[in-house]
Amino acid sequence: MIDVDLEQHVGSFVLRARFTADTPVVGLFGRSGSGKSTLINAIAGVTTPGRGHVRIDGVTLFDSEQRIDLSPQDRRVGYVFQDSLLFPHLSVEGNLLYGHHLRSTAVRFIEPRRVIGVLGLDTLLGRKSGALSGGEKQRVAIGRALLAQPRILLLDEPLASLDVPRRMEILDYIELLRDEFHIPIVYVSHSIEEITRLADTLVVLSDGNCVGAGDVDAVMGRLDLKPYTGRFEAGTVIEATVTAHDLEFDLTTLGFEGGELTVPGLNAFIGERVRARIRARDVSLAVQKPTGLSIVNVLPGRVTSIREESGPVADVEVAVGETLLTARITRRSLVQLGIHVEQELYAMVKSVSFDHRSTGYA
Amino acid sequence: MLPLNPEELGVIFLSLRVAIVSVACSLPIAVLVAYVLARARFPGKILVDAIVHLPLVLPPVVVGFALLVMFGKRGPIGSLLDQWFGIVFAFRWTGAALASAIMGFPLMVRAIRLSIEAVDQRLETAAKTLGGSRAWVFASITLPLALPGIITGVLLSFARGLGEFGATITFVSNIPGETETLPLAIYSLTQVPGGDARALRLSIVAVVLSVLALVTSEWLTARTRRAKSDDRR
Repeated sequence: MIDVDLEQHVGSFVLRARFTADTPVVGLFGRSGSGKSTLINAIAGVTTPGRGHVRIDGVTLFDSEQRIDLSPQDRRVGYVFQDSLLFPHLSVEGNLLYGHHLRSTAVRFIEPRRVIGVLGLDTLLGRKSGALSGGEKQRVAIGRALLAQPRILLLDEPLASLDVPRRMEILDYIELLRDEFHIPIVYVSHSIEEITRLADTLVVLSDGNCVGAGDVDAVMGRLDLKPYTGRFEAGTVIEATVTAHDLEFDLTTLGFEGGELTVPGLNAFIGERVRARIRARDVSLAVQKPTGLSIVNVLPGRVTSIREESGPVADVEVAVGETLLTARITRRSLVQLGIHVEQELYAMVKSVSFDHRSTGYA
Repeated sequence: MLPLNPEELGVIFLSLRVAIVSVACSLPIAVLVAYVLARARFPGKILVDAIVHLPLVLPPVVVGFALLVMFGKRGPIGSLLDQWFGIVFAFRWTGAALASAIMGFPLMVRAIRLSIEAVDQRLETAAKTLGGSRAWVFASITLPLALPGIITGVLLSFARGLGEFGATITFVSNIPGETETLPLAIYSLTQVPGGDARALRLSIVAVVLSVLALVTSEWLTARTRRAKSDDRR
């Protein structure tokens, strides 16, 4: 359980952040300058907020009213920095064990051997940190934070300095450690893709304010947050269950509240839960039931809200059963088709992407 | 010209002893002062900075005279040290070491301070979040990373100590076997008829010692640098 309520003034910038989360991964999302780093620095105890509290699993790290302010070394907060910040004069092993040696045996619950195994660090141990690639550095940094026996892991844009293939690799490792070590993770990013892949709770920061906090699906679905979650990446996250495989055409059928989706064959068991993301730009609308169409997924629904801007596009929210899909269409189509709220129509889904299997805490 | 006679060897060993003792005793204080100047913010910091740099800009004779007044047998500090600890600086080789420590101090602090300032403070922050206390982080992160600057500071101060003349001769005078270091001996020889040849011999020794110190420091610095960025195999 993460319970954060903080207010901090840094020059003319004011951070007011308040959220609670009881899920394995909290995604902290915001543009640069929105206060993400200020917030996690305050959680780590690197800076001291003016007012508020930070509690992790019932342990108070900071409370302005009770005058509690643990020093960073006593907080046991595993902080992984954007540029890894490995100690250049120490070997990989020296870096990994730096925090491990400083914790008393009473609080140790993570063994070096386990961390080295999970993060695949065995072959790197003897090397100097300067001789590592970006992805290796970040893995060592994560291992180093884990071995300091943290109550919580703070990952501050851990992929920012990596190229795309490395990012995928590190994301896989982060998923692995989420499922392996059962430590709550706060994952900071300005990439909504990374966050929806990993996080269960989403906190959206803008200009130092928490503009949205809650379940990822719910927050991502909110049209009023679209300016923050991003117009290009707008979309819907749905929780679905694998219901059938079509081996002949290599297709998988997913069931969700509101209907079925057919997608390219997934490597998953029947009954397994997956998180599917449908981007707004991959959803088209038809006012009549379309025929002679190559698109497989046509879902009947009802328009619940329309968001128009001055640009060429408009976002239409369509309720398909219990699920709200967002469709991005041109404003001209909106006018020509006469789409209005409460209208019954068909949403056509061109493609679906998949985030992690929602394993969470077993 | 060589080998050297016992008298000359005595001068050389005394000089080395004075320089080594002065560096060894001033190093911990210099590291502390450099760290405070590099990292801390407090009112009066400029004043502390100015006092540290004073020996660099004052005539050495003035520094020697100030030492004589403060640390002399009857001086306010000198008399107390004598009473409490039995430490006497006046007209002893320890006084020569004190004089060269003071004269070398600004050079040492400056080099160490620059290298501490060059250490990424976020590395220290990272070490703290991993459970390191301030003192431990200083010892395990800041100091090793500032090592090249510390070596440079030690060399500069050592070389300055070997060459110290004005403050030494003013404070502890020129007593053969007790305070007569290399520069003082060379100076004395140039003042007696026919001493030029022996002054030259000692001067060559001074050059050799300085070059040796320089080479050693360069080698040490290169070694620490290499250790840091090693195995990019």
